[in-house]
Amino acid sequence: MANIRLENVSKRFGRVTALQSINLEMHHGEFFCVLGPPGAGKTTLLRLIVGLEKPDEGDIYIDDERVNDVHPRDRDIAMIFQNLALYPDKSVFDNVAFPLRERKMPAEEVRARVTQVARMLHIEHLLERKPGKLSGGERQRVAIARALVRTPRAYLMDEPLANLDALLRLEMRIELKRLQEQLNETLVYVTSDQVEAMSMADRVAVLYKGVVQQCDTPDNVYNLPANRRVATIVGSPPMNFLTCQVQRADGQLNLVHSGFGFQVIGSDHPLWDCLCRALPTVQEVLVGVRPEDIRLYPERPTDIIAFPACVAVSEPLGAETIVDVQLGRDIIKVITPPTQHFDEKQDIWVAFDMAKVHVMDAQTGVRIYTTGAPEQLQCILPGTCA
Amino acid sequence: MASVRLENLRKEFGPVVAVKELTLHFPDGKFAAILGPSGCGKTTTMNMIAGLEAPTRGSIYFDDRRMNDVPPGKRDVGFVFQNYAIFTHMTVAENIGFGLKIRGVDEATIRREVGKIAELLELTNMLNINAGRLSVNDMQKVALGRSMIVKPRIFLLDEPFSNLDAAFRAYMRGELKRIQREIGQTMIYVTHDQVEAMSMADHIAVMDFGVLQQFGTPDEIYNQPVNIFVANFIGSPNMNFIPCYFRSEDGRGYLVQRHGDARVLLDDQRRQLLERHPGNQDLIWGARPEHLTLHAQPSHPEYLRAMVRFLEPLGPKTVVHLELGEKDTIKVIAHPSYREPAGTVQWIEINPKYLHVFDAKTGFAVR
Repeated sequence: MANIRLENVSKRFGRVTALQSINLEMHHGEFFCVLGPPGAGKTTLLRLIVGLEKPDEGDIYIDDERVNDVHPRDRDIAMIFQNLALYPDKSVFDNVAFPLRERKMPAEEVRARVTQVARMLHIEHLLERKPGKLSGGERQRVAIARALVRTPRAYLMDEPLANLDALLRLEMRIELKRLQEQLNETLVYVTSDQVEAMSMADRVAVLYKGVVQQCDTPDNVYNLPANRRVATIVGSPPMNFLTCQVQRADGQLNLVHSGFGFQVIGSDHPLWDCLCRALPTVQEVLVGVRPEDIRLYPERPTDIIAFPACVAVSEPLGAETIVDVQLGRDIIKVITPPTQHFDEKQDIWVAFDMAKVHVMDAQTGVRIYTTGAPEQLQCILPGTCA
Repeated sequence: MASVRLENLRKEFGPVVAVKELTLHFPDGKFAAILGPSGCGKTTTMNMIAGLEAPTRGSIYFDDRRMNDVPPGKRDVGFVFQNYAIFTHMTVAENIGFGLKIRGVDEATIRREVGKIAELLELTNMLNINAGRLSVNDMQKVALGRSMIVKPRIFLLDEPFSNLDAAFRAYMRGELKRIQREIGQTMIYVTHDQVEAMSMADHIAVMDFGVLQQFGTPDEIYNQPVNIFVANFIGSPNMNFIPCYFRSEDGRGYLVQRHGDARVLLDDQRRQLLERHPGNQDLIWGARPEHLTLHAQPSHPEYLRAMVRFLEPLGPKTVVHLELGEKDTIKVIAHPSYREPAGTVQWIEINPKYLHVFDAKTGFAVR
């Protein structure tokens, strides 16, 4: 078990900054995910921890020992790559046993340890086979077994499931989560798949263009994203963003879009504080709403305020349907139950879940406010906003 | 535009049969998807339509014209691949207009058509930028535009977005569908991603091992899968499958779990159907995770007793994994606030409307 800490770590390749001032701490026994799109710097981060790259600035600690100058071999960290490299001419047993034999462990101990790990990964029945005779999922398990066999201080995994087909990924996700709970070791897991991060991680660091955007529990990353970038990377389809004009007049504060408007009630409201006192010059904000926090109505509802809109296309997914809706000048995506059917070009009404509305700074994308209850923002009746 | 008809199409590569006796009809002006795991024959099928591969046997028709002997350049087919092919030293406008230029179309017409396509793809403000300076996302849009502008009779797309980031893929799904509707172009889209096929296509052909498994609308494929392969391949998380056998008791029909004592009560129609089915002692029932409901109490006698193993919180929903008897596991979609700990006993409600029954030997749905 180990605690891994990065302090102010930066890494450049020529003129390209791969990572910038990274501060992260991965705790003992934690399932820690690094999530980001391709090119975010995820793999570089792992390579720094394992020692395959050296930071240009900053320090890396493993259990309070500064390891910047420690050779990868002596860091005692196992890494599992996306492209598995198994020895094709060795049996599964010999593949898994390899790291132990290299360390001159007695044969009896090797056998006991390999058997134990094989049982954990459900590959006992495959031990005599060659990797070429295995399925993709089985090979992946063997690669993981080989990393687990020698109880290192921490495990690093670089998109280990990326090359597997969808069903196998689903199965392996469950296996990995279970395995990590059993092992209770530090696991740093890099992925570009938000579902993997959300479902497995204790904490997620969202990385974009070499900068940590947010590091928090999956719940918080999803419900309270630090900025627009995080809200786009986490959630599928991503959060909708609607540019609104900030109108401050006659002691009123309104956020107005071409298709809807909100009024901020009360000068003790946090948005008043932010938009009228702290940022009085800001002209635009982004209103962010997740596709599942919007409801569509074929007729104007009587009990809540809804806004007129028009269906662009429907994307049926089976369990749910994503409806692309023209709201004012923007198209938003809305998740609807499959039982609700809408035609293309159909006129409809859109209502937001007012307890889950986010407001972001249009310039920086930083989230400045999230409602927690429906009455915190008032909808402006359609037709009455400028 | 044209319809595409495949008749008994077969393709062999040496001893390997990549596509087996494939008969399909993609209607004119519609969006069709060919869906399946890698190695299912979907790209080979596409290549035969485009003329890049010659079929071993069988025929390809565009409308009523047999195309087998028409060279690829004469088939009037547009193509977009996973790896975008654009000229990085040309501007976006030059790239999009390229196909018209080499056909000798006059400058004014080219400018007008490029303008239309650019607007459709939301590239208007990038027309004068060098294509090499675009993001990979926009490069793929330019590749789309370049193929679209010549208005081919058939537009073929082979996993065009699979290298791009998830947010852009979600955005382009809606965009491409909207564009297809707007221009009424016949499109055939090859993918291994069931979400892409379901969300965009009017019709989906599901393939496995070179064999067509099912051809239907997204709704048919999802709600009436013809076999276990299709049922398992479509939907995420995938369908639950519980081995079982049929038993009749006091005029009521049940599916009894093979490795446990969970019993699912059948409606009369299903009971009569299964009574007559010769393989009714070796069945599998299937239910999608989103069609099951968890209850804290056995408030109805037909609820199935299960025990929570662990949870997968996904943001807008939580996948609850439960044990049903000693050997079977079952997944249920629950509200994101669901937090019952492992070991909790729960009662599963099955909506008979969404119950699937398969013959375990053949894998076919019993209908």
